[in-house]
Amino acid sequence: MAGKPKLHYLNARGRMESIRWLLAAAGVEFEEKFIETSKDLEKLRNDGSLMFQQVPMVEIDGMKLAQSRAILSYIAAKYNLYGKDIKERALIDMYIEGVADLNEMIMLLPGCPHDQKDAKITQIKEKTTNRYFTAFEKVIQSHGQDYLVGNTLSRADIQLVELLYYVEELDPSLLANFPLLKALKTRISNVPTVKRFLQPGSQRKPPLGEKAIEEARKVWKF
Amino acid sequence: MAGKPKLHYFDGRGRMESIRWLLAAAGVEFEEKFVDTSEDLEKLCNDGSLMFQQVPMVEIDGMKLAQSRAILSYIAAKYNLYGKDIKERALIDMYTEGIADLNEMILLLPISPPDQKDAKITLIKDRTVNRYFPAFEKVLKSHGQDYLVGNTLSRADIQLVELLYYVEELDPSLLANFPLLKALKTRISNVPTVKKFLQPGSQRKPPGDEKTVEKARKIFKF
Repeated sequence: MAGKPKLHYLNARGRMESIRWLLAAAGVEFEEKFIETSKDLEKLRNDGSLMFQQVPMVEIDGMKLAQSRAILSYIAAKYNLYGKDIKERALIDMYIEGVADLNEMIMLLPGCPHDQKDAKITQIKEKTTNRYFTAFEKVIQSHGQDYLVGNTLSRADIQLVELLYYVEELDPSLLANFPLLKALKTRISNVPTVKRFLQPGSQRKPPLGEKAIEEARKVWKF
Repeated sequence: MAGKPKLHYFDGRGRMESIRWLLAAAGVEFEEKFVDTSEDLEKLCNDGSLMFQQVPMVEIDGMKLAQSRAILSYIAAKYNLYGKDIKERALIDMYTEGIADLNEMILLLPISPPDQKDAKITLIKDRTVNRYFPAFEKVLKSHGQDYLVGNTLSRADIQLVELLYYVEELDPSLLANFPLLKALKTRISNVPTVKKFLQPGSQRKPPGDEKTVEKARKIFKF
């Protein structure tokens, strides 16, 4: 029975945000059940709903899918955002794994011990400009097309642009020397489904404030 | 032009070993070019061969594929080890991501600070018997079939059995209460291509010793 996909996670970006972006970009309406206390998480675990006792978990098409990569790949394949053949998929996978590596560093920043934070930020900025942005600028330059792979919108474009927004939050100057990435960001942001998601009132989540980090520490015990 | 896939990595398991297992299980012959020094790695970077300046990298079907997940997914899809439709693929992905999580803990053990090692080992053992092994035993029990997904050999079986060998190296007693996992391990080990890979003289790599870890530190500068 097809209902809307149902997302189980904290009321925060974390490891669910990329899934929200992709569903939204694909024009798929979804529901969210927020985990607010450690009891909420325990209940899901005791229900047997979480294969590895972890969230994100998404109820979709009769499955209780855990593991963010599994969820993202399913959504991408279902909504034709995964290239036209296995070679395009391989390129898309290579790109989004690079995106995920940088995203992971940014995502873990709030949980970083205070005395290590500055060093981590420096490292992130350096990797952003010297490794990741350089790599993706080069891809777009190599074919001059509007999308990263196969001249068609794919999850790679969505996930990269999502990342560009996070980098912009960290330091807007980092995008300065990457005109093709800036153009991609503008172009993808104007895709109607993405544009809607970027507006206030959508299910897009804001960055974590200090209070939210403390709440998360309680629920996830870190 | 189809030649054999060419694997670029250092002469150790690391993040390339799962790829070696999968290629071997698929019956695909492959070559290896070992990164022995940091100069070797630099050369590959300067060649423009490494999209994110990292290995693993595999030359395959005219591509220079980086990111182990991208490589694994391509091989699995190409050799029909990825299920028959997107729902089977979603299950396979969920399973292999759980495997990757536990595998990552074991992989990073040799480089954890000595004063944290015992705690890490305890955590790994706890997760193994309380989270991961029960999850997979439950899957096998739920359908009673010989393979994890779709009653057909897939990458999920190969990657899980690979992990079972690593857990056995850490502590053989951990498998004791999981008869279906033990049976899967035996069954997959007897698949002719896997059996060959398990024999001495194959391209399977031994566990890392102090010397290998030190060598990796020099090459990868960590």
